[in-house]
Amino acid sequence: MPITEDDIEKIAQLAHLEITDAERHMFAPQIAEIVAYVEQLNEIDTSEVEPALGGLTPEGERTESARRDETEASLGQKVALDQAPDPASGHFRVPKVLA
Amino acid sequence: MKSAIEIRNEIIRRETSARAVVESALQAAEKLNGPLNAFLEVDRVGAVKRAEAIDTNLASEKTLESAPLAGIPIAIKDNICVRGLQTSCGSRILGPYKPPYNATAIERLIASGSVIIGKTNCDEFAMGSSNENSAFGPVKNPWDTSRVPGGSSGGSAAAVAAGIVPIALGSDTGGSVRQPASLCGVIGVKPTYGRVSRYGLVAFGSSLDQIGVFARETSDAAVVLQVIAGRDRHDATTADVVVPDYSAQLNGNANGLRLGVSRALLGEGLDDEVRDAVEKAIEAYRELGAKIVDIDLPHAKYAIAVYYIIATAEASSNLARYDGVRYGFRAEDAPALREMYRKTRDEGFGAEVKRRIMLGTYVLSAGYYDAYYLKAQQVRALIKQDFARAFEKCDAIVTPTSPTPAFAFGEKVDDPLAMYLNDVFTVTANLAGVPGISVPCGLSSNALPIGLQLLGPHWSEALLFRLAHAYQTSHPLNAQPQVHA
Repeated sequence: MPITEDDIEKIAQLAHLEITDAERHMFAPQIAEIVAYVEQLNEIDTSEVEPALGGLTPEGERTESARRDETEASLGQKVALDQAPDPASGHFRVPKVLA
Repeated sequence: MKSAIEIRNEIIRRETSARAVVESALQAAEKLNGPLNAFLEVDRVGAVKRAEAIDTNLASEKTLESAPLAGIPIAIKDNICVRGLQTSCGSRILGPYKPPYNATAIERLIASGSVIIGKTNCDEFAMGSSNENSAFGPVKNPWDTSRVPGGSSGGSAAAVAAGIVPIALGSDTGGSVRQPASLCGVIGVKPTYGRVSRYGLVAFGSSLDQIGVFARETSDAAVVLQVIAGRDRHDATTADVVVPDYSAQLNGNANGLRLGVSRALLGEGLDDEVRDAVEKAIEAYRELGAKIVDIDLPHAKYAIAVYYIIATAEASSNLARYDGVRYGFRAEDAPALREMYRKTRDEGFGAEVKRRIMLGTYVLSAGYYDAYYLKAQQVRALIKQDFARAFEKCDAIVTPTSPTPAFAFGEKVDDPLAMYLNDVFTVTANLAGVPGISVPCGLSSNALPIGLQLLGPHWSEALLFRLAHAYQTSHPLNAQPQVHA
């Protein structure tokens, strides 16, 4: 199915990306070409094929990954906020949610 | 140039010091960053301090045994967390972000005595095959600085090729260790999925990502993987599988091994010189004792299509975390939250990252999920089956690593699909979770390295090291890049 510049704008909204007109002109034909390329998968009959789930090997699937439910030390508030663009009173401050 | 093992033994015997070895690596990194742009950060102060501490502690017998990489300088791709050093992922959106913790692979490298000298340049969020997607300018290929080093771990590959460090870490989601290794003439290892912890590796495609190793010598790569491999409780996808002694199995021959060759993969679209070099390498393996058998990977031709659905879908989810709230860059002048998210991501991400986020968002969006994502996971299952069947007939598979030697800057930058097709030989291993290694197998007529790829069944890294080592010791690459330490 052809991908239009309107589709690109809609996808950008979904992905929380603001794109310029120039980017929209550039991306629309590129993404359309890539989507057309990946559609070659439709040549293959997969009606009887169980989809792969992730990348795990059989050994990886068998590995017990749960740990005991015990409290452990965490980064702590100070370190966790250390790289924040706008920390305030021990929290991550953001602009107002409702404009 | 000396191997890491030789340097380590000289340090242990006090014929040189960790301080002197690390100092010369730092000087080379600083001096060659002009022509190569391989490093985004060089940690002179930290590295010197650590090297001095290693020299002081060498007296203890216990240190010797537990320090297989004592005093060895190492470079780390800038998407692997090292406490206190920047982790930009080659992106403006993280920029000078300093992680508060070490990746598990880094913890293990430090415990083994190695000295991190800096963070290497890469395509933004490891998305690219040429390094042209780094927000901080591309790395140059040390063999010809008008050409790309490959990607995405181009800085690590160039740093090892130029002799700045004997070993480096990268990450491989679709070939990002093996392809730059091939283009820069060094060894590049992508371990089995679940072999090396991904804790502290910035996520791109979580079902595909593995930390990998660059080295000039196979035997050095074997030591590094030995150090970083194994179960880690911080990464639930690491498997409880014994890590064998990789170095013990480097015996210089391929006796009794069956090597699978898919003739279909040596056909159309492959550079003639690459084909010749790989054919010669296959002959060399016959002389080293291997039996060559024909195999077929019937779904390999669909691998790029499958990969660019699954990898972009996973990336679009993983990269949702960069929103200007908890760390990294935040756009200014955005009075409301949604606007702040969108402006931050617009100004913070480069074109290729945006393209992949949008592609991933598209294939996961309502109404398209079954047609793209589910379909891709079904064909991924078929690719896994292809490998399982092939490995009933052979012990390892030989292919080229990259369809061409290093290409020129700008050649494919406006054509994303042409760029993606570079990964045709490497993405299958990530989709199937199998290990792979790229080994230099000669130079093209214009003196550019060509790489041979060996793929094995899950957990067969020891076998791949044995094969790579047998070829490399009998057919060493006796040439040096134009730019070297």
